Amino acid sequence: MEEKKAYTISVYTENNLGLMNRISAIFLKRHINLESITASQSEIKNVFRFVFVIKLSEDKVRKLVGQIKKQIEVIKAYYHTDEETIHQESALYKIATNLLFDDRQIQNIIKNSNANIVTVAKDYFVLEKTGRRKETEQLYNELTPYGIKQFVRSGRISVSKEAMNISKTLQNFNY
Amino acid sequence: MENQTQVLEPKIITKKAMLSGAEAVIKSLLAEGATLGYGYPGGAIMPVYDEIYKYQDQFTHILTRHEQGAIHAAQGFARVTGETGVVFATSGPGATNLVTGIADAQIDSTPLVCITGQVASHLLGTDAFQETDIIGISTPITKWNYQITKAEEIPSVIAKAFYIANSGRPGPVLIDITKDAQMGSLDFSYEKCKGIRSYTPKPEMKINQVKAAAELINSAKKPFIVMGQGVIIGKAEQELKDFIEKAGIPTASTALGLSGLETNHPLHVGMVGMHGHYAPNIKTNDCDVFIAIGMRFDDRVTGDLSRYAKQAKIIHFEIDPAEVDKNVKTDIAVLGDVKETLASLLPLIDKTAHTKWHQEFKDLYAIEYDKVIKPQLEPTKEGLTMGEALEGINKETNSEAVIVSDVGQHQMFACRYAKFTNTRSQVTSGGLGTMGFALPAAIGAKMGAPDREVIAIIGDGGYQMNIQELGTIFQTKTPVKIVVLNNNFLGMVRQWQELFFDKRYASTEMVNPDFVKIAAGYDIKANKVSKRENLQAAIQEMVASKESYFLEVVIEKEDNVFPMVPTGAAVSECRLS
Repeated sequence: MEEKKAYTISVYTENNLGLMNRISAIFLKRHINLESITASQSEIKNVFRFVFVIKLSEDKVRKLVGQIKKQIEVIKAYYHTDEETIHQESALYKIATNLLFDDRQIQNIIKNSNANIVTVAKDYFVLEKTGRRKETEQLYNELTPYGIKQFVRSGRISVSKEAMNISKTLQNFNY
Repeated sequence: MENQTQVLEPKIITKKAMLSGAEAVIKSLLAEGATLGYGYPGGAIMPVYDEIYKYQDQFTHILTRHEQGAIHAAQGFARVTGETGVVFATSGPGATNLVTGIADAQIDSTPLVCITGQVASHLLGTDAFQETDIIGISTPITKWNYQITKAEEIPSVIAKAFYIANSGRPGPVLIDITKDAQMGSLDFSYEKCKGIRSYTPKPEMKINQVKAAAELINSAKKPFIVMGQGVIIGKAEQELKDFIEKAGIPTASTALGLSGLETNHPLHVGMVGMHGHYAPNIKTNDCDVFIAIGMRFDDRVTGDLSRYAKQAKIIHFEIDPAEVDKNVKTDIAVLGDVKETLASLLPLIDKTAHTKWHQEFKDLYAIEYDKVIKPQLEPTKEGLTMGEALEGINKETNSEAVIVSDVGQHQMFACRYAKFTNTRSQVTSGGLGTMGFALPAAIGAKMGAPDREVIAIIGDGGYQMNIQELGTIFQTKTPVKIVVLNNNFLGMVRQWQELFFDKRYASTEMVNPDFVKIAAGYDIKANKVSKRENLQAAIQEMVASKESYFLEVVIEKEDNVFPMVPTGAAVSECRLS
C-alpha cells in the first residue's frame, strides 16, 4: 500500500448548476471521504474554482483527478501536496462577552494568536483567526477551557506555487 | 452558481420563427439528423409527444412497452449504426426506468440522448406528482446532463447534447425539460455544436508516442494485441487490420471488441477474459510486448491484476486519458483517436511474420479444441449444447448476422462460438451486465440495420426480464429473430453455485411458462426444439422467415462455460474444466 498523504485538488470549472454534485459523486463512487471543500469565483471571470482536500495515496489521487478532468464542464484539475501550495483556513469562535472582562487571560490569548475581534455584543464576542490548521486548532484548544459557544472553520483555500495556465487554455479555444 | 453553461453564441443559420419549446425539441432532433426515437409518453412530456404526432411524416417514434425497453432499443440502434440513439420518457417513474439503460450506455460508451419531461419549473422541489430529481439521479451515470427550464435554451442544449454524446469517447446524455419550457415559445434557430471550451473530445496525437510504440513493436519477439470496442467506435477496423497484417501480430479481442476484426482472420486468436479463449489468456502472461488498442482492462479481462502481463512491456492506444494507467501501468501510452494513431503507426512498422510465435497460439488452441470446443460442437451427451446452437446459426447465416446477446452463460457462448464477418455485428451488455438487454436491443439493432439478419440470443432468465417488448415487435412488425437457449436455470449463477458454493442452487432454478404459446399470443411464429436431429432445420426455418420468429432451444441443464478464469486467479490460470 502506498502511503496516504494530504493532497489539495484544485478544479477550475464552468459556473454550472449541478457540477458540485457531479464532482462529489466521483468521490462517493470510490468511497473517498473529503477533508474539506471550498468553492468560489476564480481569477477568471465566470470560471469557478473548487478546492478539495483529501488524504490518499498519490496513485489514487492521480486517477481521481483524471476522472474529474474528464467531466464536460471541468476546464482543468490539478493536485498538489501541502509543500506545493500556499494554503489557509479561516475559523470563527463565539465566546461569552463577560469572559473578556472577567478572565484577563483571554485577552492575552487573543493578542498572542493574532486573532481579530470581529464583533462585540452585550452577550458574546466573535473572534476570527486565519491560518494553517495547526494555528486555528491551537486557538481552539486555548479557548476551550473558557467555553466556546460556537465554532466553525472554513475549508482550505489554496493557491499553487506553480502557474496553472487556465487563461491560456481558454484563449486557445477559438470556435 | 446561478449562471448556466457557457454555450457560445450560435451563428444563425435557420430563419427565426416563433415555435413552442416542444416543437423546437423535434426540429432540433431533425437538425441533428435523428429521425427515429424510442420512448413512452406520460404527463410531463405530452407537449413533445404532441409534436411527435405532428411531425410523424419526418420523425418515427417507436412505442416500447417499458422505458427500459426504449433505452435498450436505442442502445441497439446506436451500436449497429454508430449514430446517437434517441429516447423519450416522462418525469418520475418514466425517467427512473431509464436508469439501468443509462448506466449500461455509460459503461459501454454508447452514444444516447435521453429526453425526459419534468414537472413545471414552479413545482420543482415541491414533491409534485411524478416529480423526481432525475438530474441528481443520473449525474454519476451520464457523460453530461442538463435541466432546461426555459424554452429558449432548447436548441443550443440539444446541439450540445448530440455533440457530447457522440464525440470522443461516446456516452449517454440526459436532457430534462420542464413542462413549462416545452410549452413556452422561442425564436428558433439551430446550429450544431462545434466545440465546448471545457471539453476536449480527443487528445491530440503525439507523434513521439507513436514512434516510441513502433520502436518497441519492431523490437518485440512475442508481441500480442488485445483490441477493444474502441476500434469499432473509432471506425478503425481497416487501420487495425493493416497494422496487424504488416506486423504479423496475433490479435485477440475483448467481448465488446468482437466483430471489429472478422473471426476467421488468420491473426484473430479469439477472445480474452474470464471465459475467453485459452491461448490469448495464457499468452497474455507470456508475451514480451502487450499492445492494448481501445480497451480499458476491465477486471473480467484481467483477472488478478498483480499477475497480469507483468513480464511484458505495455503499449496502450487510448482516446480517454483517464483510462491510461487506471488498471494496468503502461510503458507507452499513445493517446488519441485510434483511427489516426494506427494510421500513423503503420509506415513505421517492420513487416514481420512471427511464425513460431503463432504456432504457440495454434498449439494452445488445439488443446482448447479437444477439451472444450469439440465436446460443445460434437457432444456425446443427449442434451443440446449452446455451442452447437450457435454453430448452427453461423452455418445458416454465413456468419453474417448481427448477434445481440443478453447476459449470462448464453452470452459467453455467443461471444465464443458466434462467428462474425462484418463489424458492428456483436451487440451485448458488457460492462454493466444487464439482463433483459437483448430483446429490446435487438429491436433497435434491426431498425438500425434493416437489411441485416438480427438474431437475439437470450437465456430463459433474461428473456423474461423484458419479455413485454414482444409487444413492440408485434406492433411494429420488426422482423427480429429470437433464440432462447433454455436450460431452465439462471445458468451462470448456477455454474458458480456448482463450482464455488457446493452445488447449493439458491434461487436459480426456473419454472418457465410455455414460451411458444406466449409468442403465439403476439402473433410471432414460434418453434421449440429439443432434439439434435431437428436443430438445424429449425434454425434454417427461423433464418428463412421474413417475419419475426421465436425459437426455443432446450439446452442440457447443467452445461458450463469453459475455459474459466476464476475470480482472483491470474489469466494464465485459465481452467479448461
